[in-house]
Amino acid sequence: MPFWNIFSMLIPSCLRPELYKSMVLELNARDDRGINVVQTRIKDFAAVAVGSGQCQGIIEPLASRCAKFRFKPLSEEITSSRILHICNEEGLTLDAEALSTLSSISQGDLCRAITYLQGAARLFGSSISSKDLISVSGAIPQEVTEALYEACKSGDFDLANKEVNNIIAEGYPVSQILAQLFEVVVEADDLSNERKACMCKSLATADKCLIDGADEYLQLLDVASNTMRALCNMPQERYYDS
Amino acid sequence: MLWVDKYRPKTLDQVIVHQEIAENLKKLVTEQDCPHLLFYGPSGSGKKTLIMALLRQIFGTSAEKVKVENRTWKIDAGSRTIDLELTTLSSTNHVELSPSDVGFQDRYIVQEIIKEMAKNRPIDTKGKKGYKVLVLNEVDKLSREAQHSLRRTMEKYSASCRLILCCNSSSKVTEAIRSRCLNVRINAPKEEQIVKVLEFIGKKEGLQLPPGFAARIADKSNRSLRRAILSFETCRVQQYPFSSNQAIPPMDWEEYVSEICSDIMREQSPKRLFQVRGKLYELLINCIPPEIILKKLLSELLKKLDEELKHEVCHWAAYYEHRMRMGQKAIFHLEAFVAKFMSIYKAFLIATFG
Repeated sequence: MPFWNIFSMLIPSCLRPELYKSMVLELNARDDRGINVVQTRIKDFAAVAVGSGQCQGIIEPLASRCAKFRFKPLSEEITSSRILHICNEEGLTLDAEALSTLSSISQGDLCRAITYLQGAARLFGSSISSKDLISVSGAIPQEVTEALYEACKSGDFDLANKEVNNIIAEGYPVSQILAQLFEVVVEADDLSNERKACMCKSLATADKCLIDGADEYLQLLDVASNTMRALCNMPQERYYDS
Repeated sequence: MLWVDKYRPKTLDQVIVHQEIAENLKKLVTEQDCPHLLFYGPSGSGKKTLIMALLRQIFGTSAEKVKVENRTWKIDAGSRTIDLELTTLSSTNHVELSPSDVGFQDRYIVQEIIKEMAKNRPIDTKGKKGYKVLVLNEVDKLSREAQHSLRRTMEKYSASCRLILCCNSSSKVTEAIRSRCLNVRINAPKEEQIVKVLEFIGKKEGLQLPPGFAARIADKSNRSLRRAILSFETCRVQQYPFSSNQAIPPMDWEEYVSEICSDIMREQSPKRLFQVRGKLYELLINCIPPEIILKKLLSELLKKLDEELKHEVCHWAAYYEHRMRMGQKAIFHLEAFVAKFMSIYKAFLIATFG
């Protein structure tokens, strides 16, 4: 889970604020990587508080020597109340719809929610609607994904290709499209489970390839082609593969 | 001076294509402050232009007086020192660099150099703008490690430094960085918008445009404004006054790729593969990025193939491009794709015609 909260909790727990500079050495393992930092700088220092996103990442001997605090993902009420508090302080008005949009697009990440809120406040003034938040967050309008899905349903490869080209030209992040397409596929009720599984597999493969740095256009086109074959009951195996 | 540079809008008011975004950016900086920004969109869509115009909006004309420096840094990495060379473009208020230029050592750039730059707060006697701007290009090409180091820098020095990040695909930028920035999506201009810009330039240059001429250039440009303007200028050099049926010259390398395409459609044999290898090498030597070659080759093939083969070929294109990214030598994977295509196509021909 996001560091943000873990870190803000650590500071007050370590003695008085005026002593903060001399008593606390803040290191980010990712940042000041390397064994010599761990060996030299930390040795000169005493207590150690470890912050981490995942517990499994810390080796057992280290974990057993620490008192552990677990940070759960923030619940929606806590996020909302924090957001409302900020709105109050900054003099912003946020209706109920916008608030729920904000918590859904930020997926429980308070840091992200606040960034979106600030961006929207800068761009659109003190009264913020849910549409403003969506445009700031870079979420993709549902119509775009729907259009791709429909194009795949039509069974016309060139149409799907055109749609893919369009998505790339509009600059939408493909990883996001994959995530949204995944939701459409899972919720579709006119598909057999087997077909759905095939499509999810192709989505997963494409996602991994994207993380490896593969080209967005080619990966999305491959996904579109797989989706089309699943939707139109075309054969799944490759014929001319020798 | 090329028209692409000559007619690049200098201020946010002059922008023709992304007026709405320009308006928003202007509002964003009215309070003399801005959050970190992440610009993303396809190439030739105007990211850089908007960033430069934004800097001018913040800092006034001083942002235009830039100097190019080739600097070397010595970095102490424990047991050894590393020399890093990087070209920076800087004015009094901003520094622009492409950290991914140094390859796999990019995290040192982020950890040491950018941190150093971010730490030093500019001193301003007039009491304005107590922050400087770092423009980082091609953040999507940064390694994971570098990106992770960057996020700490963004938080820690946010009082004295604003980052403007620029990239083609935001999928390759980690979630942590994206969530710390205001994301600005720059879409490729629509063909009508390209036509509008071309007509604007035509008017400024005092040229007579035959009806439909600008539209034809826009159609060939793949929605890249830069490319449209470049080919417009090429047409001007080749023949003026324009004739209404004047051919829009394609790029040399594109011609070459379509040649390869017809080669492999015509004959599928080891001998042909060998000839194609020579042509692929020729393209690579001329610095055409391998993934661009592969994509162009695919699009040429898709024009000619049967429906059922299209699925197959596009799958293998995606497969080999991914492998190319993981590997070191692009030629292996380009050639593998060509060989794969030949085998599929031959099998198809035999199955269809016997």
